[in-house]
This record gives sequence, structure tokens and C-alpha cells, in this order.
Amino acid sequence: MTSRRFWCRDGATGWALSAPATLAVLCFLIVPIGAVIAGTFMDPRGAFAPYISYFNSGFRTTVLFRTLQISAFTTIISLIFGFMTAYVVSRAPAKLKSLLIVAAVFPLLTGVVVRAFAWLIILGRNGILNQTLLALGIVNEPLEMLYTQGAVIVGMVYLFVPLMVLSLVGVLENIPKDVLQASSSLGASPMATFRQVLLPLAVPGLIVGAVLVFTGSFTAYATPQLLGGERQTVLATLLQQRAMVSFDWVGASTIATIMTAITISIVLAMSHIARRINPMAT
Amino acid sequence: MSDRPHPILIAVAALVYLFLMVPLVIVVGAALSDTTYLTFPPQGLSLRWFENIFAISAFRRTIVTSLQIAFLGTMIALLIGIPAAYALNRFRVELPKWLGTLFVLPILVPEIVFGFALLKSLTVGAGVPIFAALLIGHTLIVLPYVVRVISASLASFDFAIEEAAISLGSAPVKTFFTIVLPNVRAGVIAAFILAFITSLNDVSVSLFLTGPGISTLPIQILAHVEQFFDPTVASVSVLLMFLTVAVMAIVERTLGLTFLAK
Repeated sequence: MTSRRFWCRDGATGWALSAPATLAVLCFLIVPIGAVIAGTFMDPRGAFAPYISYFNSGFRTTVLFRTLQISAFTTIISLIFGFMTAYVVSRAPAKLKSLLIVAAVFPLLTGVVVRAFAWLIILGRNGILNQTLLALGIVNEPLEMLYTQGAVIVGMVYLFVPLMVLSLVGVLENIPKDVLQASSSLGASPMATFRQVLLPLAVPGLIVGAVLVFTGSFTAYATPQLLGGERQTVLATLLQQRAMVSFDWVGASTIATIMTAITISIVLAMSHIARRINPMAT
Repeated sequence: MSDRPHPILIAVAALVYLFLMVPLVIVVGAALSDTTYLTFPPQGLSLRWFENIFAISAFRRTIVTSLQIAFLGTMIALLIGIPAAYALNRFRVELPKWLGTLFVLPILVPEIVFGFALLKSLTVGAGVPIFAALLIGHTLIVLPYVVRVISASLASFDFAIEEAAISLGSAPVKTFFTIVLPNVRAGVIAAFILAFITSLNDVSVSLFLTGPGISTLPIQILAHVEQFFDPTVASVSVLLMFLTVAVMAIVERTLGLTFLAK
């Protein structure tokens, strides 16, 4: 009788089983982050004072726009190369395909510090790229490649291209081959099939990939820290400096709130758009 | 349209893969170099920089801390995540939809914001010891992986089997351990591995939750790179990569790697 009652379809058991995880997220994630956000609106100088002083600082506004710019470039480059690569992977013979997927998963499982560090060896003043360029006589003195926006973008694209490839391979595989065959047998050139059939069908997947890459690069810390340094301060590195070096809690909380607000609005807006475009997508 | 992609596309894809692989090869090469500075191709092969990892006490300590946190955090996440994933699937009708979203929140909010929030409320606000705060942070960032991967394997589990066992007199808790859990074994292993690697490589949360004497390996690597530019960091990186390869080999053996791409 007791056992029968136990698996009766009542929600209480479900709630009880999910309670520990729910409480953990509530107590250690929602409440602390909520407190950070609420704190910025309870400033003695006035409700929006921290934000007014944030946007009055030329340096901090520059950091915000630089972060958005780096994320936008990273997203666009990753979309273009990720899509082309994913297309080739999705059409590869089965054996090669699983090898290519493994090759994309591997860098993803390698830590971000290791992956940023690799570019430090390549782009440094005495790095491999400079040595090669000097040896080939292309340049006469080493180029300053580190601590530039380009270095940060290269490092970020390196972080996120595998993610883009993996999320798009799944999408491209789900497009029925018949649709593409129908298009070409009705006389469309490969380019027309690509532009008018394949690309529109892949748009929801492209949006999901773009959101992942944009929010990921918008909040990344290790790569801009190592490859951009202080000259390319972004929101994440500024947040760390404010909190751990200057002990400016209000300033750090303001940056944290701005980052959270932008990230969540992008995720919500894009999932809304993706749903509008394709009612089948979730 | 033929099945074979355009040669230009194939060339681009080949270049992208080259771009993905070359930096990792360079790190391995630099780690094996006999020189005191970072260089590639390696000049003279040596393992001295691997020995140097263990000669530096900060690396020894942080490797131990990282492994402890990754193991404990993953175990706690499994302990609270498996019942949650089970409830989400078993009581899909009874439980509200937002509950599933709640468990994904830790990857939705920026990790660096989460780390800062934990510093502010736990370590500074409530005086929680650093190790405990680090453990809580890592448990939460791996929880979404655990819930999602195990939910995915439970989705293909036929709960009628469980009901059959219970109606034949098996106790519900015993049924869970003898019928349900063995059926989602692959999911549990995959969740463990994903969570362990995620925790081991985490930077953004650990960044704020380190203090005198307590730090994790990635944070120590960051600090080391900014002070010394010697091949030690390359060899630690290789060590981490080997760990990843070993873990991936285990996944490949048990589940097949395409599982991770899902």
C-alpha cells in the first residue's frame, strides 16, 4: 500500500526530490546575484547614481563598447567559418565525420587558460609568428600583435568556433537531404540551393549558435586578460579589477548588473526571434 | 546538388581545423623544449619542465585543490542533480515548466557575475571559508550539465518498467537503484566526466574564491604566466590536456564520443 502511494502521480514527491537542487540554486545563485543587483539600486546617492557615474566615465563607457565590439566581431567571424566548416562536416562520410567531431570537441574540453596561453606563444613579441615573419623577410622588426583588439578577437574565435561547428552540425544534419535534392533536380544551381534552401532552414540554428558565442565572448575573462591586458580592458576584466584590486564593491556590482542585464536580454530576444522564424524550434 | 561540398568549402574547413589544432601542438612542443624560455619548435627535448611543475609548491598545492574541488563538486552535483533530473522526467506533468529552466540558470547568468556574487555574499558577507565557497560555486556551475545529461538519458527510459517492478512488490527506493539507475548508467558517467572537466578548467568563478593558501590550478597558471614566461606553464597545460585525453578515452570506450556532441 505504501509503495503504491509512493509512485502515485502526485507532485509532492517530485517537489521533494528536486528540492535540494532547487534550494541550492535559490540560496547560492538567485539570492546572491539578486543581492548584487538590488544593492546597486540602494545607493545613498540616489537609486541610479552608480549607473549615472558609470556612464559619465569615458573610460568605462569605452570598455562597454569595446566589449560589445569584440563580441560582435567574434560572433560574425565564428558564424561564417563555423557554418562553412559545419556544412563540410555534416556532409562527410560517417567515419571521417566522427573524427572531425572529436577534433572539434577536444579543444572545447581543453581549458580556456591553456587555449589563451597558446596564442600568447604565437603572437608574442618573440613569438612564432614574429619569428616566421622576420625569417621570411616580410617584416624588418617584430610586430606588436599582443594586447591589441585583434589578438583578443583571434583568441575568442579560437575559443568559440568549435562550439559553433558542433551546434550547427546537428542543425544541418536535421535538414532532410530530399529537400536539397528536390531543389537541385528542379534546376537550382548549387549556389542557389545553398542561398535559398539550406541557409534559411539553418537560420534558427545560426541564431542559437550566435547567442552562445556572443554571450560567451561578452563575459569571457581569461582570454582578454592574457591577450588584451590592460590596454584592452573589457567588462569582465574591469569587474575583476574593481572587486579584487580596488575593492570598489558598488562599481563592481554595477558592472555585474550591466553584464547580467545585457546577457539575459540577448538570450530572451534571440530565443523570441528564433521562435517567430521557426515555430518548430524551442 | 551533388553530395560533395564545393572544393573551396572543403579548403576552408581544412584551414579551420588547422587553426584549431596548431596552437595545441605548439603548446606541447613548447613544453618539451630544453630552453629556459618559451619557444617553438622545441630546441632539445627534455622533460625538465614537467619536473619543475612538481618542484613549485604552488602548483603541487593547486593541483590537489583543483582535483578535490572537481571531485567533491561533481559528486554533490550528482547527489542533488540525479533526483532532480528524475523528478523532472517522472513528474513532468505535475511539476511546472520553469523548474527545468531553473537548473539551467547557472550557465545562463555570466559566470564571472556569479563568482563575484558568491564572494560578496558568502565569503565576505557570511564569513564562509574559501574552500567551502569554492566548492559551492563549482557544484552550481556543473549542476546544469548533470541535470541536462541525465534528463536526456531518462527521456528515453520507459517508466513502465519501473512501475512494473513496483507493482510486483519492489520497494520504490530499491527499484530506483536496481532498475532506473542501471538503465541511465551511460548518462551518469557522461555527466560525471563533463562536470569534472568543466570544474577542473573553470576560471571565472574560482577567480573570486581564492585566498591565502587556497587557489585552483587555472588561477595559478594565470598568475604564473603574468610573472614568468617559462615553459612550466606549457607543461602544466600539457598535463591538463593529457588529463582531458585520458578522460575522453574513457568516454570513447564506454559511450562513443559522438555522445558528447549532443
